[in-house]
Amino acid sequence: MNLYQLKIHEAHELIRDRKVSSEELLLSVLARVEDVEGIVQGFVTVTGDYALKKARETDQKIDRGQKVGPLTGIPFALKDNMCSKDILTTCSSKILKNFVPPYNAEVFDRLEEQGAVLVGKTNMDEFAMGSSTENSGYFSTRNPWDPARVPGGSSGGSAAVVAADEVPFALGSDTGGSIRQPASYCGVVGMKPTYGRVSRYGLIAFASSLDQIGPLTRDVRDCALVMNAICGQDPKDSTSAPVEVPDYSSFIGKPVKGIRMGIAEEYFSLGINDEVRKIVEKAIARLDSLGMGKVELSLPHTSYALPAYYLVSPAEASSNLARYDGIRYGFRYEDSESLLETYKKTRSVGFGTEVKRRIMLGTYALSSGYYDAYYLKAQKVRTLIKSDFDQAFEKCDVIVTPTAPTVSFRTGEKVRDPLQMYLNDVFTIPVSMSGLPAISIPCGFIKGLPVGLQIIGKPFDEGTILQVAAAFEESMPFEDMKPGFGSYAKGGA
Amino acid sequence: MDKYEVVIGLEVHLELRTETKIFCPCPTTFGDEPNTHVCPVCLGLPGVLPVLNKRALEFAVLTGLALNCDINSHSKFDRKNYFYPDLPKAYQISQYDFPVAKQGHLSMQTNGETRVIGINRVHLEEDAGKLIHSEDGLYSLVDYNRTGVPLVEIVSEPDIRSAEEARVFLEALKRILLYTRVSDCKMEEGSLRCDANISIRLKGETELGTKTELKNMNSFKAVQKGLEFEVERQIERLERGERIIQETLRWDEGSAETISMRSKEEAHDYRYFPEPDLVPMEIGTQIVEEVKKRLPELPQEKKERFVIQYGLPEYDAEVLTSTREMADFFEDCVKGFPEPKIVSNWVMGEMSRHMNAAGLDFCNNKVLPEHLVEMLEMLQQGRISGKMAKDIFAEMFSSGKKAEQVVAEKGLEQISDQGVLEGIVEEVIKNNPGPVADYRAKKKKALGYLVGQAMKATRGSANPQMVNAILRDKLK
Repeated sequence: MNLYQLKIHEAHELIRDRKVSSEELLLSVLARVEDVEGIVQGFVTVTGDYALKKARETDQKIDRGQKVGPLTGIPFALKDNMCSKDILTTCSSKILKNFVPPYNAEVFDRLEEQGAVLVGKTNMDEFAMGSSTENSGYFSTRNPWDPARVPGGSSGGSAAVVAADEVPFALGSDTGGSIRQPASYCGVVGMKPTYGRVSRYGLIAFASSLDQIGPLTRDVRDCALVMNAICGQDPKDSTSAPVEVPDYSSFIGKPVKGIRMGIAEEYFSLGINDEVRKIVEKAIARLDSLGMGKVELSLPHTSYALPAYYLVSPAEASSNLARYDGIRYGFRYEDSESLLETYKKTRSVGFGTEVKRRIMLGTYALSSGYYDAYYLKAQKVRTLIKSDFDQAFEKCDVIVTPTAPTVSFRTGEKVRDPLQMYLNDVFTIPVSMSGLPAISIPCGFIKGLPVGLQIIGKPFDEGTILQVAAAFEESMPFEDMKPGFGSYAKGGA
Repeated sequence: MDKYEVVIGLEVHLELRTETKIFCPCPTTFGDEPNTHVCPVCLGLPGVLPVLNKRALEFAVLTGLALNCDINSHSKFDRKNYFYPDLPKAYQISQYDFPVAKQGHLSMQTNGETRVIGINRVHLEEDAGKLIHSEDGLYSLVDYNRTGVPLVEIVSEPDIRSAEEARVFLEALKRILLYTRVSDCKMEEGSLRCDANISIRLKGETELGTKTELKNMNSFKAVQKGLEFEVERQIERLERGERIIQETLRWDEGSAETISMRSKEEAHDYRYFPEPDLVPMEIGTQIVEEVKKRLPELPQEKKERFVIQYGLPEYDAEVLTSTREMADFFEDCVKGFPEPKIVSNWVMGEMSRHMNAAGLDFCNNKVLPEHLVEMLEMLQQGRISGKMAKDIFAEMFSSGKKAEQVVAEKGLEQISDQGVLEGIVEEVIKNNPGPVADYRAKKKKALGYLVGQAMKATRGSANPQMVNAILRDKLK
């Protein structure tokens, strides 16, 4: 087995036992990136030199007898909307094509404290708006299982590089499904923690009341390890919650007997592909066979989540993205006669179509005279959706659903139809609107393309989600399933 | 003119005197090199988040309490969206529907009458940066040092009825705010700024007329002048049968007129919505009670107390309580020298005269209350004369020396020793037989001459009352 194929916990044992240095591991990873990145196109920036310096520093610390933590010497990637000091951070937008932040995102600091090694910044839908990574201002990322298809989005780059064995783990961000849906399309594990669980400081905002950072990993155990490193209150983020963080690894391998599993009918009717439904039903049967009780329930406001989301999130985005005006940093349209013209041309040229569409939507929803009918109404709907979940969780401990209604679709298939694109997130958005934690794990394949299972938990109960996810993974492993890069496949890949 | 009623409401922005900015740890110092007090947060760089400075909230609560407001137990921040280069996030974090404080009032004296002006709200927000335009108009520079300095906005009800009243309101407001020490209230440095809404209606009318908003008034005087101009302009329009156009106007100090900035149609739609990066604030009774303890006695109550407790005339009490520092100085002196009217005369008289001439105030001048007390005691004991006291005080004020030291250095002490003075008087009688004879011949004027001679002999340091008494006695 090649070093780059190792999961975090496997690589950790080798580093801890001094069988492999973090530099050796990194070099293997960088060679793999070199090898497959031409197909996958998951990175906006590869930080090879920086990584080498960090890996050597880590090795020296280990030589001096410093304790080897679970992430010490482990290479990783950050979605390109998380700030990294002195390293280009673009949000895959032309408007930030030259933006080099003078500070680090809190999550990046926490990972570096653990000795993890940044390998690069991953491609995404511009400002995290999209479900296919086709909205990147630079290029589309390809799905390693079939490069003619999309990796999902907006954290498509992060999901793809983990699936393609380019890095053991990556961080993504999830506003309406942007970790879970690409995890599902790329056959990896992706978790969106409870809103407030992970600091947003340094995450370039899309929709502040929904954005949350989380891990993309190759298995559930790794997911728990990364969660341990990034969760917990941060005084720099007022919305981060003062809730104690358990050791998530302690939930791995625990039996799931007696954990009540909720099944909501709405998640098996809204435009779901038949084969996807069958696979998810099989997964549910498997969990049932592990001793989990099954509770049928209803989340009646589910279908209103998507329209409400497309009022709340663009409204916040229209305000969050207003700062990109060409005055202080980023792209500026130079050939302007006046301030107003600078604003207009900078933003017209600097932003892509989807971003502009959402800024217009959001600006409209907040406009005087329309606020009550749109933004305020959407917030009320949000309360109803959340109360659906509150009631459901009186009867069960987790809710199990498909992550997305279909498997990965072909590149270009939905770009012209934004509504079709938005429907990809129909099962993930209600969870985001309620601030709840959820994971997507692989639960089967359709014609070589992965299907994701979503496990939703109570607020701050990521532990139980991981417990159930790990039990499922153990009972139905897909270890031997590896992406084949389709027609791009060449020797060794 | 008399058929019209003027309706004015004021919006006052006040920079709070916290050490650090409202949402980041940068200092709030005024007047430093541009862009030296900035960080990713106040520059609004991508990805940053605000964290509320608790002190700023406490100052806003204190301001609300000083203006007799109700404190909103549930308060929150909202975003006010608009594009301008001095606003790095392109939105200002402000408060829309749940301000920190609401429904207060301020009472003030104008033309011998007490007027109560309603306070609609007091809310907390962040200040913007400052644009510096090049002289040739080809470029502008932006200084973000001021960005994120905490502000409270105080909005009055439209209860003000004249331009003069607006000025008096601002003066009364400033006096109260200086008492609370939440701000230094310097209009020239921009730490206090004022906009005005003004409309005219027929007396007896209950509906408000169409208003204009007046900006860019850089002193209390300018507020009064700008409003006077606007009152006249609006009345002239109405007299001509024209309508008032709702617009925002700029007061131009140079040409002394109001100039249109933008019409109602051009007004911004700020698209307010709740700030998702900050959690709503619960301002519990515990916080309010804590802040209440820091609420000082305010000018009006203090003035009333001074009249009762010290038996001072209204006028004295008014002047002494014009600042908290002056009132404290007075009271500190009275503690050591319990003759309030004498202290009042000195504080309002010599002390204020010297401070005004030197451009100093009670915080930075060299005379401490105990210094004045010491001098007043010497005066009371007759060790120095009233005339000497003024000279001694001048020296104390300029050098910071104590009265004793000044007296010793200049040999100024008054001679009040009976024996010494008798000797001097005997000399004077011996050397001036003519005037002595005149006095004895009932020419009373001669006594003054003889006293003068005794004073001359002692270079003015003899106690004149005692000399007078001794002379009368010896010439009986």
